[in-house]
Amino acid sequence: MSIIVEGARKQFSDFVALDDVSIEVPDGSLTALLGPSGSGKSTLLRVIAGLEQPDAGRVLISGNDATAVPAQERGVGFVFQHYAAFKHMTVRDNIAFGLTIRKRSKKEVEDRVDELVGLVHLEGFTDRYPSQLSGGQRQRMALARALAVEPNVLLLDEPFGALDANVRKELRVWLRRLHDEVHVTTIFVTHDQEEAMDVAEQIVVMNDGRIEQAGKPNDLYEHPRTEFVMSFIGPVNRRGALFIRPHDLEILHVPAPQAEEAMIKRIVNLGFEARVELMLGDGQELWAQMTKDEAELLELVEGEIVFARPRRAKVFESNGEARTDELAVA
Amino acid sequence: MVVRRNAGRWGLRAFALGYLAMLLLVPLGMIFYRAFEHGFGAAWDAVTTADALHAFYLTVLIAAIAVPVNTIFGVGCALLLVRSNFRGKALLNAVIDLPFAISPVVIGLSLILVYGRFGWFGGWLFDQGIQVIFSVPGMVLATMFVSLPFVAREVVPVLHEIGDEQEQAARTLGANWWQTFRRITLPAIRWGVAYGVVLSTARALGEFGAVAVVSGRITGQTQTATIWISQAFSKFDTTGAYTGSIVLALIAVTTLLAMNIFKRKEAPR
Repeated sequence: MSIIVEGARKQFSDFVALDDVSIEVPDGSLTALLGPSGSGKSTLLRVIAGLEQPDAGRVLISGNDATAVPAQERGVGFVFQHYAAFKHMTVRDNIAFGLTIRKRSKKEVEDRVDELVGLVHLEGFTDRYPSQLSGGQRQRMALARALAVEPNVLLLDEPFGALDANVRKELRVWLRRLHDEVHVTTIFVTHDQEEAMDVAEQIVVMNDGRIEQAGKPNDLYEHPRTEFVMSFIGPVNRRGALFIRPHDLEILHVPAPQAEEAMIKRIVNLGFEARVELMLGDGQELWAQMTKDEAELLELVEGEIVFARPRRAKVFESNGEARTDELAVA
Repeated sequence: MVVRRNAGRWGLRAFALGYLAMLLLVPLGMIFYRAFEHGFGAAWDAVTTADALHAFYLTVLIAAIAVPVNTIFGVGCALLLVRSNFRGKALLNAVIDLPFAISPVVIGLSLILVYGRFGWFGGWLFDQGIQVIFSVPGMVLATMFVSLPFVAREVVPVLHEIGDEQEQAARTLGANWWQTFRRITLPAIRWGVAYGVVLSTARALGEFGAVAVVSGRITGQTQTATIWISQAFSKFDTTGAYTGSIVLALIAVTTLLAMNIFKRKEAPR
């Protein structure tokens, strides 16, 4: 079901967590709320869930005003960063919780739990307590628990934030696949741009309690509307008013128009990728990103003087317009 | 070096044990010894007189009323203090601790001022045929007052520790306030509540000062076990006093054991 938030405001004493926020999440989509900590993304998620009441604004779930509906009647599934596992209950009882609250028959509860246990790959763990599970298993249990009541909307608050890097990557892929299977409208909060790009169909970038930009992952990367989005999604170099992606910075051995003299400080080989750290004449540092082969072809040496030229750069005008300058055609 | 460190450790142990022995074990041991000085029969007879039995009955009755009431109140207060924000929260927090700070005798006197026949509320109650002071209701009140903070003080830190995410999760899963409390919060705080109950019970059984003031110490009517023991002692009935003490201690130890057995049963997690 679709979710619409209109003009939501939320203030905690003198901290403005949400400042006139409006978003639209289409039915069945997988959306990421992306932003640094304190940007208001978790508050927005909690407002949608009904765990937090907005000071102003409305929440519409599939067209119906849900602003005044208490959390337990909104039909949302919520997954917390730290799992919020019911510690005194087994995995089975955790997953069954929403169904037993709804007084479903024993048979129905059992069948549904078995189905979900299969979906989240926790077969053989149903009689364990949360303390006997790993972090990844606990989070999968929490997801099954949220899905058990067939929610209209699935909300995940930094679901992989407390997990190891490897488990994170694995669960990311798994969430993507789960969404393809279950098709429930899903919103997840993250501060990790790579995670958002990897999983989401739509990304909403938040900063300082406001929406900076919403769109498809690639659109945000290619056409950022603000400096913040440019620097939050993907790496960036700043040179005066110019914002240059490291892969748009070209290194030449000979002077050329618009190329600046620079010294190679360090070359870092990261397998397929090479990063070349440069220092300009005025002391500013930039870095260029290229493939390992490109770097080898250029025969770069640390300490060497080279010329750095942006192929492409972004300029954000004071009137709010963003402009892409194609500075050099490779 | 190792020898000296060992010596230090042994010294510390000996000191701790010696301190406890002089303060607790030796006096309690002496009570045991003196109670049965004249044989088991004499001790049995001393604590099975009608007055003595009535005193023990009254003590257990008062605890049986005061402890459940304080448990409900204590859990409610702890929830208010930890889970909600309201004006006067700091005041409530301070007031709960008052019984720790005030001498039980003062508590007893203050109850007389309010609920006594010539107190500002007691006169009206007396006209309705309810006598509070020098009667059992007053003794229950006094006991509730002195054992008020235990449950709340045990539960507050546990509520802080478990946080409210489990409760929020339960709410998003469709549980209403009561379902969330009964199925999520209460199981999570149960050991805090249990410790609070044990402490309240011990305090209620052992209360002397406040109850003595409001009871009027009428033998066979408003005498609790502690009052009966002190009276027996002042009448040089040492066997009665010491045996009564042991019975009282046994009741308290039984509640502690009962909790430990429950806990053991549930333990392997």
